[in-house]
This record gives sequence, C-alpha cells and structure tokens, in this order.
Amino acid sequence: MATSQKSFTQQLKKYYTFYTGGFVVFVTLLAIAEQMGMSNKWIGYCFLVFTILLYAGIGIMSRTVEVAEYYVAGRRVPAFFNGMATGADWMSAASFIGMAGTLYFSGFQGLSFIMGWTGGYVLVALLLAPYLRKFGQFTIPDFLGARYGGNIVRSFGVMAAILCSFTYVVAQIYGVGIITSRFTGLEFGIGVFVGLAGILVCSFLGGMRAVTWTQVAQYIILIVAYMIPVVWLSVKHTGVPIPQAVYGKVLERLTEREKELTADPKEQEVRQIFASRAKAADDKLKGLPASYQTEKDVLAKKVEDLRTAAAPKAELDAAEAALKKYPASADEAKEQWTKDKASATGRTAPPRPHATPYPGKDEAARDTARLNFIGVVFCMMFGTAALPHILMRYYTTPSVQEARVSVFWSLFFIFLLYFTAPALAVLAKFDVYTLVIGKSFAELPRWVNAWQSVDASLLSIVDINKDGIVQLAEMVIGGDIIVLATPEIAGLPYVISGLVAAGGLAAALSTADGLLLTIANALSHDLYYKMINPNASPTMRITVAKSLLLVVAIIAAYVTSLKPGNILFLVGAAFSMAASAFFPALVMGIFWKRASKWGAIIGIIAGLGVCLYYMVHTYPTFISWFGTTPIKKWFGLEPISAGMFGVPVGIVTIWIVSLLTPAPEKEVQELVDHVRYPSLAGDIDTRGT
Amino acid sequence: MQLTQSHIDYWQKNLRLTAILLAIWFVVTYVMAWFAIPLAEIKIFGWPLSFYMAAQGLRVVYVAIIGYYALAMRKNDLEHGVHEGEED
Repeated sequence: MATSQKSFTQQLKKYYTFYTGGFVVFVTLLAIAEQMGMSNKWIGYCFLVFTILLYAGIGIMSRTVEVAEYYVAGRRVPAFFNGMATGADWMSAASFIGMAGTLYFSGFQGLSFIMGWTGGYVLVALLLAPYLRKFGQFTIPDFLGARYGGNIVRSFGVMAAILCSFTYVVAQIYGVGIITSRFTGLEFGIGVFVGLAGILVCSFLGGMRAVTWTQVAQYIILIVAYMIPVVWLSVKHTGVPIPQAVYGKVLERLTEREKELTADPKEQEVRQIFASRAKAADDKLKGLPASYQTEKDVLAKKVEDLRTAAAPKAELDAAEAALKKYPASADEAKEQWTKDKASATGRTAPPRPHATPYPGKDEAARDTARLNFIGVVFCMMFGTAALPHILMRYYTTPSVQEARVSVFWSLFFIFLLYFTAPALAVLAKFDVYTLVIGKSFAELPRWVNAWQSVDASLLSIVDINKDGIVQLAEMVIGGDIIVLATPEIAGLPYVISGLVAAGGLAAALSTADGLLLTIANALSHDLYYKMINPNASPTMRITVAKSLLLVVAIIAAYVTSLKPGNILFLVGAAFSMAASAFFPALVMGIFWKRASKWGAIIGIIAGLGVCLYYMVHTYPTFISWFGTTPIKKWFGLEPISAGMFGVPVGIVTIWIVSLLTPAPEKEVQELVDHVRYPSLAGDIDTRGT
Repeated sequence: MQLTQSHIDYWQKNLRLTAILLAIWFVVTYVMAWFAIPLAEIKIFGWPLSFYMAAQGLRVVYVAIIGYYALAMRKNDLEHGVHEGEED
C-alpha cells in the first residue's frame, strides 16, 4: 500500500506536469492566432470552451459508484495535491477578482480580509484538521453527531452547513455568470447556465474524487492567470519582475502622489463642485413635496426658452432629455435625489491614504476603525476554521500526518495569490494616479476608453470642471476592473485578458463545486442515510447523492438568476455564521472531554442566535427584509463581524451548560481519545463506509 | 484501550506546543493590529511596518507556524509510538 501510494503520487506529478505544459502550449497557440488576426470574441470562446471541456474530461475519467470514493476521494489524496485542491476550493471569484479591488479602495483597512483568510489556517492546522482526519468519516455533521450523540446535534449541523454554504454558492454562480457574459458577449442568464453545466460536469459523475482532481487543474490555471499580468506591471513600474519584493518603493511614491492630489487646487475645485451638488440635492429633498413641482417647472421653462430663442439643437435635446428623465412622482424624486446626494457626497472627500492604518478625523473614529478591522480579522479567521467545505477536504488525505502537512500546502498555495494581491492593488493604483490622473482627456491610455465603453459602472470619467484635465475626483471606478483590466493596463495582448477570465472562471467553478458537494452530501449522507434510511444500499446512496446534487445546483442557479443584491455582504455573513455555529462545538468536542450533548446543542443555538440577532437588527437590507427594529451597533461593530459576539457566547454557553449536565458516556470519552492519537493499540475504527 | 503515561505525556506535549504556537499567532495578528498606528512609523524598504506585516509578513509567519507544527508533531508521534503504520 505504501509503495502504491508513492507510485500514485509519482503518477499524479507526471500527469499534472504534462497538463501544465499542454496548457502553456494552448495559450501560446492562441497568442499566435491573435497575432494572425483572431478576434477577441473568439479568443474568449476558445478559453471558455477549452477549459470547461477539460474539466469535463477530468470529471468523466474520475467517475465512480463507490461510497468512499464519492464522499472522500478514497482517502488517498497526497498532502501536496490536497493543498492545491484546497487552495482552489478556498479562493473564490471574490478572492480572484474582487480582492485586489477591495485593497485598491480601502488600502490598509482591506488587508483585514487577507489576514483573516490566511490566519484562519493556523486554527485549522492546530485545532481541527488532524483530529477530523483521525475520526475519518464523510461530513462535519458526522463528527458532531458521533461526538455529541444523537440526531439533534447532527441536524443542527446539517442546517448550519446548508445555511452557510448556500449563500456562498450563489455568489460563485453569480461570478461565473458575470465572467462568461463579459468575455463572450453571452447574456447573464445564459452565462449562469453555462456555468452550471461547468460545475456539474466536474462533480456529478465522480463526487469528491472528481472535484478534487479538477480543483488541482483549476488551481494551476488560476495561479498562472493571476501572476502573469502582475509580474508584467511590476516590470513596467520598477523594472523588477518580483512585484511582492519591490512594491514598497512604489507605495512610497503613491503616498507622495496622494499628498499632491489632496492639495491640488484643481482637485479641490472638483470636490467643491460635488459638495455644492450634494447641497443642492439636499435642499431639494428638504423642500419636498413642494420642490417636486417647482423643479419640474424650471426644467419645462428651460425647454420653452430654448425653443423660442432657437437655441442649437444639441442644447435643446439635452434640456428635453432632462425633462423626460425627471422622476414621475414625488416619491420617485425623493429616491432619486437621495441617491444623487449620496453619490455626490461620496466624491467630496480627498483620496484615502493607502498605507495609513485606521485613518479617521478623531480618536473615536480611529478606534472604531481599529475595532472593525480586528472584528473582520477575527470573523474571517474563525469562519475559515469552521466552513464545512474546507474542513471536509482534510478527510481525503491518507493519514493524520498527511492531513497536518496538507494544511501547510493549502496555506502555501493560497499564500501565492494573497501575497500578490496587495502588490497588484498598489501597482494598479499608482498606474492610475500617475498615468491617468492629471493627463488631458485627449491623451488617455487606450484601456481607459475601451473599458469606459464596455461598462460605465466599472469606469467612467467625466470632465466636471471643464478644464480638459482628468482629476481623481472626476473618476468613478469599480473594484472588479483592477484584475480584469490589468493585462491591458500593463500593455499585454488580449490573449492574456482571456487567460485572466479563464482564471476567474476556474476560481468560481472550483469553489462552487466544493460548496455544492457539501450541501448535497449533508442532505444525502446525514439526512437521508444516517437519519431516514440507514439500511440503504451503497448504490442507492450514490444515486440519492447524485440526484440531490442536481437538484441543489438547479435551485442555486435559479436563485442566482434572480440577482439577489449585496452578495459580498452575504459571503462575509456566511463566515460569521459558520464561526458562531460550528467553531465552539467542534473545538471543544476535541479538547474538552467534559463537553456534553446539551452543552453543544444550546451552545450552537446561542452562538448562532446571537450572531443572527445582531445581523438582523443592524444590517439595513435585513432590517427591510424582515421588518425588524434597528438597534444601536454594539461598540460600533459592523454587522459583518457579528461572529465576534457569536463565538464567545457559544464557547461560554457550552462550558456552563456542560458543567450543569451529566458528563458524556464512556464511549464518547473513548472516541475523544481516539481522535487525539494518530494511532493507538487496540484502537476503535470510526472510519465511514 | 488503556492510555499509558507515555500517551498522557504525548497529549500534554501537544497541548503545550499548540498553546505556544497559538500565542505567537495571537501576538503577531491581534497585538500587531492593536498597535498598527505607532508601528506604521517604522519603515522597512519603503513599507510602513504595520502595512508590510498585514500585507505580506504575516503570511510567512502563518505558513511557518503550520510547517513547524507538522514537523514537531511527527517527531512527537514517533517518540511516543502513536505514529501511523505504513499501510494506513
């Protein structure tokens, strides 16, 4: 077995080396085709079709009808490859496309996310992965069910797993829809459908086994796609191809440039214009409902005057369009003006200093910024150590030691991308601040005009003060553009843009696969097999698992096509919820033998309850959805970090209730000893079959 | 399944190691974040120290903690005879 595992690893290395080589050849061929005149649209299609066919191929080769293969890839995934698969499982569309954009806008404050998303692996490695691997069943509710005895804890586990994973998977399918529609010109709805097909070909036939091997393939594509443009951009600005090592100098120059822009009289002029616009909108709002009619009359009169004065047609058309666009009722006007006021107010502030921690106008504002930074770090870390689709991956290694090493490789592969994102944000910002801002509208770089025409929400520059020069305050830029447009900013051919899109697609697909499998397995294994029909035959179990996967995928795609708003918030919320629900019960179950069944049950309810209570009463969208009464934020903490209350409450509750209820039975205590030691003489066997 | 003194030592050692590594993890993450404003005064190669740690440095510390734990625990497993057989 040992030798066969070794040769299996060798074989894998050979396969994936060939695969990477083949992918490089494919990209090179497309690059040549582009030089020979292949259109951008066809390059986009080629990347889309080729990569999805590739994942389908791996999916078909990994098809299986065996239970252990389907749920945990036969428990023989070597640490190195499990690390890569976890990396792809972990890094979602938000990491790949959104992360650098978040860092671009929020500077130091945005670093809380990457701190949390990497530091959480320390908790996984030290507190969870080796013990879960020794336990060795199929799902996280499995562990809760065995440790705390009975179906109540198990069903809480199932519910919490579905709650966290479903919000997350919707965000992934959304990302797939955006990427496919942007790079191929397909409609969003069709993009979602294509994405769904891409997800199902990976997971349907082979479950965890197929997902694992496609995730390794997807990791390779996504990391290559992320690195190439950043390296190029680094050469452009520093002459050194290792951006992570040299962008400190660029950051210094960026900080200088920020000071210039803050003091620049032209910038101040534009910010002043926005301030007076905000005030005008505010006056109109205050004058409601009377102002609705007076404003309308003003516009109508202007059209009349222009007409009688026989003004130039363009001027007249503009005035007529303004009248036509005027809100149809006082309520609509209120909505419109509130929006106008907010967007104008947002543009009156000088640039936010990128490198400064917790900027704020006074001590109290800085303290709140610091608390929220720490809150996000805390929740992302404990959420990482509690999300079922990640923890599940450590069931697939051949041994406890391999599970420990595997967490190391996981973080190493995640590290490669997260080490680079802050550099990309600084380089891209420096590029924009020096090569776009302060230039005349006539000499803008080509990518600016190209992206302005694609989507005004991603990039739009309007000459507000009519001086023919671009001021920073005149530019509106969307976060996603940072990664998507980097190849063009760096002056690379379109084939690299296609590669980046393929990378984003790989990131979204791989995460969606892991999540869908988690949801479907919680239903098919925990709910169906363990609770409803324990006598089901292996064939029956696999059939149920696959059917549920299909159903869950279709429901997820349907929800996505409704375009629910605030997806990024929901993803963050999933971390807080997972942390509050799972972390205390899992970790205390391993490290404290006394933790009892009722301790766990009430602890999960209390932790998750506090977390949900806080979110539902502080987050505006939830308040309007559920009609709750808003409460004052505790210590000024944002709703995304609700887990900062949920986790401690969960821990304390488990502690108190466990001490008040009888100690767990002898079998449970033996189970705890069993998971603590990689191997014991006369060991019980808890492996799932 | 009876735990021997060696087994108990093994677990104590594991707990100690886990506690020390978590303490390091806590200090570099949360104590650093708490004092980020004064730490930003220190500059290394152009980066303010707190920015550098949050953006790059911590990643290295985390990977090192996990790598060290895996190595140290393998040694601990072997010393106390609880390592896994070749075939498992």
